[in-house]
Amino acid sequence: MTEVQEGFSESLGTEDEQRTVVRTQQVKKIYTMGEIEVHALRGVDMEIYTGEYLSIMGPSGSGKSTFFNMVGGLDKPSEGKVYIDEVDVAQLDAYELAWLRCRKIGYIFQSFNLIPVMTALENVTLPMVFAGLTGDEARDKGMELLKKVGLGERYSHKPFELSGGQQQRVAVARALANDPAVVLADEPTANLDLRTGTEIIELLREMNQSSGVTIISATHDHKMLSVSDRVVWVKDGLVERVARREDLDIEVTHVEGE
Amino acid sequence: MAGIEVAGGKKIILPLSRAVEIAMRSLKIRFGRSLITTSGVVLAIAFLMSVWSSNAIVSSLRDANKSEINLLLQKKGVETGLTDGGAESAEAKARVKEEESKQVWLIGLSLLVCVVGIANAMLMSVTERFREIGTMKCLGALDAFIVKLFLLESTFQGVVGTSAGIVLGFLLTLLLALLDYGGFVFDYFPLADISRSALYALVAGTLLSLVGAMLPAYRAAKMEPVEAMRSDT
Repeated sequence: MTEVQEGFSESLGTEDEQRTVVRTQQVKKIYTMGEIEVHALRGVDMEIYTGEYLSIMGPSGSGKSTFFNMVGGLDKPSEGKVYIDEVDVAQLDAYELAWLRCRKIGYIFQSFNLIPVMTALENVTLPMVFAGLTGDEARDKGMELLKKVGLGERYSHKPFELSGGQQQRVAVARALANDPAVVLADEPTANLDLRTGTEIIELLREMNQSSGVTIISATHDHKMLSVSDRVVWVKDGLVERVARREDLDIEVTHVEGE
Repeated sequence: MAGIEVAGGKKIILPLSRAVEIAMRSLKIRFGRSLITTSGVVLAIAFLMSVWSSNAIVSSLRDANKSEINLLLQKKGVETGLTDGGAESAEAKARVKEEESKQVWLIGLSLLVCVVGIANAMLMSVTERFREIGTMKCLGALDAFIVKLFLLESTFQGVVGTSAGIVLGFLLTLLLALLDYGGFVFDYFPLADISRSALYALVAGTLLSLVGAMLPAYRAAKMEPVEAMRSDT
């Protein structure tokens, strides 16, 4: 463990026991491209606590995305272990993985990734369909979620009829469809302008605080720092630094407006 | 309904009605391009149906064994299995057989081309929709769901295209037959044979579409959810 991580664990000893929702143990990822081995992750130890808002930052090629995929159950480590809710991800078969992604994890993508042939409501309720909810149950819950993200009137609109920010809101609602333990947001604001990006970050913060869902976000966006409980910097396949919001000395400029 | 039980009775399901809905809407949205694939099916099945219809009509006319009809047939160069003298001849029968095997060869080839066309178009569709497929898997879709969606899409295309092809092939042949043999066609119309041929063609066309889509559907199902994260395009 690095110095920072050691000090970090000590300070937490004085607080209440927090449950760990995702835990990685010496996770390594090696890609073999012909004769060349690329060490995307070189041994990452990380604990992510229930209900926290964690941002993972790092330059391209730092292993940030690879690490993100690990904690999100999208990839398996070459070495080491990843535990989601104390379940070793590598031990899961295809069905169990699908179940994990359906019920335990919600995903938000940089490019929104809504299904183009479905309305906003149908997009939000699709995970519920997979989870076996009946049509009425799914519809009611879906409408409730859409109202929560401020899109109650646009439930019948297809993605091409919605702006980028609106699509991302639908994506947020969809991510929360089955009351997941973790929401994974991959560069959620990268395709949005300043104002809309701020709105989405605010929305995520709201969801985190009101429902206690853990949010893990991979991002370049420094606006995200002010709403994160902790920030992890990844570089060269290792955790370079972990900091809590209180310890961060970052000024975030607010958008002046109406 | 396709349901999977996972550790402790937890399910992941995709109801058939929902899958059908998604498949049909996907087709609608890609209408232009699916039209091109479908036209391949239309033409191949039209060809098949036209050959079968033509054979049925000609056989029926031949079996009528009326001299005026036989004259018309011979004028068209159709093998009647008879010599010019009107008697049956082994040689003439052999020529009929040869004609038939040529037809089988042609039809087989055209159907093969059709399957290849479907496979190609579906493969393109899968490649274009990598993000959609990856996203669905992130939402918890099983591989089987993805396969189902693509096979359903292809089957619909197949049924629609095949139906159009059957109608097209039959009508064209009927028209040509009327031109060649006039009213006799209706006198000796082989309704049973042609109805059977239409059914066979429908089954054949639908099966072809399914077969053509299998490899692409398999490829789609094997896509990793992480593909949805790719930021190119």
